[in-house]
Amino acid sequence: MQKPFVVSLSNHERRSKKRVMQVKQGNDISQQLADAVKAATQEHARLAITGGGSKRFYTGQPEGEPLDVTGHRGIVSYEPTELVVTARAGTPLAEVEAALAEKEQMLGFEPPYFGPTATLGGAVACGFSGPRRPYAGSARDFVLGTKIINGKGEILKFGGEVMKNVAGYDVSRLMVGAFGTLGVLLEVSLKVLPIPAKEITLSFELPADKAITAMNAWAAQPLPLSAAGHVGDILYMRLSGTEPGVRAARAKLGGELVENGAEFWRELREHQHGFFQDAVPLWRLSEPPAAPPIELPGKWFIDWGGAQRWLKSDAPAVTVHEHAEKTGGYAALFRHATKNGATSHPLPAVLATLHRNLKRAFDPDGLMNRGTVGMI
Amino acid sequence: MSAARPSIPPETARQSLARRLREFLPRESVLTDAEDLRPYECDGLSAYRKLPWIVALPETVEQVGRILKLCRREHISVVARGAGTGLSGGALPLEDGVLLSLAKFTRILEVDPANRTATVEPGVRNLAITDAAAPYGFYYAPDPSSQLACSIGGNVAENSGGVHCLKYGLTVHNVLGLKFFTMDGELVTLGGKTLDAPGYDLLALMTGSEGMLGVIVEITVKLLPKPERAQVVLAAFDDIAKAGAAVAAIIAGGFVPAGLEMMDNLAIRAAEEYAKAGYPVDAVAILLCELDGTQEEVAAGIAQVRELLTRQGATGVRTAKDEAERLRMWAGRKAAFPAVGRLAPDYYCMDGTIPRKHLAKVLARISALSREHGLPVANVFHAGDGNLHPLILYDANKPGELKNAEELGGKILELCVAVGGTITGEHGVGVEKINQMCVQFTKQELAQFHALKAAFDPDGLLNPGKAVPKPARCAEFGRMHVHGGKLKFPELERF
Ligand SMILES: Cc1cc2nc3c(=O)[nH]c(=O)nc-3n(C[C@H](O)[C@H](O)[C@H](O)COP(=O)(O)OP(=O)(O)OC[C@H]3O[C@@H](n4cnc5c(N)ncnc54)[C@H](O)[C@@H]3O)c2cc1C
Repeated sequence: MQKPFVVSLSNHERRSKKRVMQVKQGNDISQQLADAVKAATQEHARLAITGGGSKRFYTGQPEGEPLDVTGHRGIVSYEPTELVVTARAGTPLAEVEAALAEKEQMLGFEPPYFGPTATLGGAVACGFSGPRRPYAGSARDFVLGTKIINGKGEILKFGGEVMKNVAGYDVSRLMVGAFGTLGVLLEVSLKVLPIPAKEITLSFELPADKAITAMNAWAAQPLPLSAAGHVGDILYMRLSGTEPGVRAARAKLGGELVENGAEFWRELREHQHGFFQDAVPLWRLSEPPAAPPIELPGKWFIDWGGAQRWLKSDAPAVTVHEHAEKTGGYAALFRHATKNGATSHPLPAVLATLHRNLKRAFDPDGLMNRGTVGMI
Repeated sequence: MSAARPSIPPETARQSLARRLREFLPRESVLTDAEDLRPYECDGLSAYRKLPWIVALPETVEQVGRILKLCRREHISVVARGAGTGLSGGALPLEDGVLLSLAKFTRILEVDPANRTATVEPGVRNLAITDAAAPYGFYYAPDPSSQLACSIGGNVAENSGGVHCLKYGLTVHNVLGLKFFTMDGELVTLGGKTLDAPGYDLLALMTGSEGMLGVIVEITVKLLPKPERAQVVLAAFDDIAKAGAAVAAIIAGGFVPAGLEMMDNLAIRAAEEYAKAGYPVDAVAILLCELDGTQEEVAAGIAQVRELLTRQGATGVRTAKDEAERLRMWAGRKAAFPAVGRLAPDYYCMDGTIPRKHLAKVLARISALSREHGLPVANVFHAGDGNLHPLILYDANKPGELKNAEELGGKILELCVAVGGTITGEHGVGVEKINQMCVQFTKQELAQFHALKAAFDPDGLLNPGKAVPKPARCAEFGRMHVHGGKLKFPELERF
């Protein structure tokens, strides 16, 4: 039996007074937030953890009173030689990236914002990653540690700021992509990367099947790839690295130099590319990268070197899921024009049980982000 | 074992369980005689030994499921075992439980060159994956120095690391899919050949869970293309603080070396004598920095790194002139543990990780502690990711020296935690560091770990007593000791 993964199905009407007052920037309100969670457990209230709201289209509106975490903000520590940044979850993502850019460093997973209000906590809770993901790693790959509030209102710290740490279960990475259903993220420590000295984008005129073959053939060679996407019969390849390394790779690959390459990848990452300006339901398929083009009606934007495929299609959900499964992948209805809330790929029953057990282990009263749909 | 079973079950119970296991396992795959059980009494940390009650050696996935179902029903504990090279006693058996060996699961199920993955059984040796991938120009990146012997199942259970992990990530970054059994005997599939899968990131959670959450029966790993070129630079320093600062400068300079290792004078001299690597024996510290990538990248990078090291006050900088010299430079590093082991009757290996910025301070403090305790400490470690392996030299036959070494080791681990680090970077907690978990985590955090464990294994039947201390335990201390170099697998390098 297959069941969609939904943390809670029941509705719970609540007054919508804000549990935490707004505080000034660069502030630590861990204790207030923890007290708010404790109070909620006593009142059997439910809490909708609220950051910048930039990804509501995906998460939907969880039940209960908003627990505003945007007041919990500021970079706690950042030392470029450590390649680690620790920041409070409510810190605007733009602020974190700006601080890193000043030291010629960056978040390796190229996080999508989906809006200017995006916070670091939201980015990590959703666990989305941008075009660099297949070559540099995903959001969870870069997470080294977290501080969270669990459903009992306890402040807990897992992992840390070091590169290697096997003491205890990897709760920090479990928080990535858990959409706040296992706890309120307070702080996140992330490994960061140096900004490559040189970055260029090349284009090639190729149909989808040939593009998929090419992306994978190049990924099988020691080339400094950092993104590969295909739309409208054009394959785009990004190369990042040292000046001579990129030059040599370019000579090997050929293709046309794309003038505004950075803009292309940004538009893809933020779904601002013309492809995404459409009212047709948008599906995200996570596929084995070399899977041939999938026989579904609609238009495709292939990203992540073939491993992430965007599909605009009116095909029924069962059909999309079936095709994804047949090719060894998963499909999520990522965005609709009319309503908030994605639909993730159904989980097999054993996995759904484990999810419920884990939810209970972290949030025994089920108060956090109930009704959040969707894991991709 | 569970609290409900206060004493060791009698022989009749053992024979009855063995009989029931033999209903679906070949006779010779269920061991109960002492001499058959002996090889399973410890893992790589041989200071801890216990004869298992029963050893089961299944050959099929279905058999693993049946063993677990039977044990769950009978409320019998199970410890999974890979190759038994673990250094923290994670696979230490139980005197009243089943030791479930995955040793017979040695098949490489598939190498998929198009998707750059390998799907393997859990008992496959780490290096065997790279061997199977090599014809396609690929390799499996995480390279623990036990890679000749250790199993991929054990690697996943420990989230093992190696020299290459600085650039290519730990096991957790290189696993795409898993199949595992819960203690209920339910088969769970996570991920596959995709880069992500719906739901909570159980793949990350399973990695490094030390056999506490499930028994892994299949693993899909990511394969990487072999780099075109690798080149190493050796830099000598007359001051350990300068060497530490150089590590920080390399990282800050935007380099991501394929390996960045440090050795102090004691380790240099020992390794040079043992392996004739061509190290400068008068140096206070050396750094080995390897870059890999395309010809052009490596050539440009090496020139820059050389310059940087000189600026950082290196007294000598040398690039391997050919592949043979490169391998010789690494051979010295890789032989450092056994080499140091020859300097004293016993040594005690630590595995703390610290933020790199504290390298100089922590090394100075370790050296002061070493003087205070009158015991030499050699340092040879993964400087690039701050993973220390201080080796405390002592002689267990001298009265009080063992205790002295333990105290010194304890202070070093506390120092690691105090500067924001951790008690274990890659060897795991197991039984060895279970008490130090109390230093690193609060009561609530430990309780959260137990709750998480119960989500998978409510009766606590999988690998009980390991990895996470019960509140009552948080007073004792346990340590790893190497007596007379008698760590198992002496033929392998130690990191
Ligand atoms: C000489 C030497 C050098 C070493 N160098 C390194 C190094 O450089 N880096 C490093 O990280 N480690 C190193 N180690 C430690 C050790 O090799 C690793 O921890 C390795 O991953 C253990 O693998 P194994 O198959 O031997 O596992 P085991 O020792 O058999 O088991 C380890 C743990 O994993 C669990 N386990 C094993 N298989 C499974 C399974 N299929 N499902 C669920 N749980 C399972 C066990 O219950 C146990 O808790 C070294 C060890 C030695 C002896």
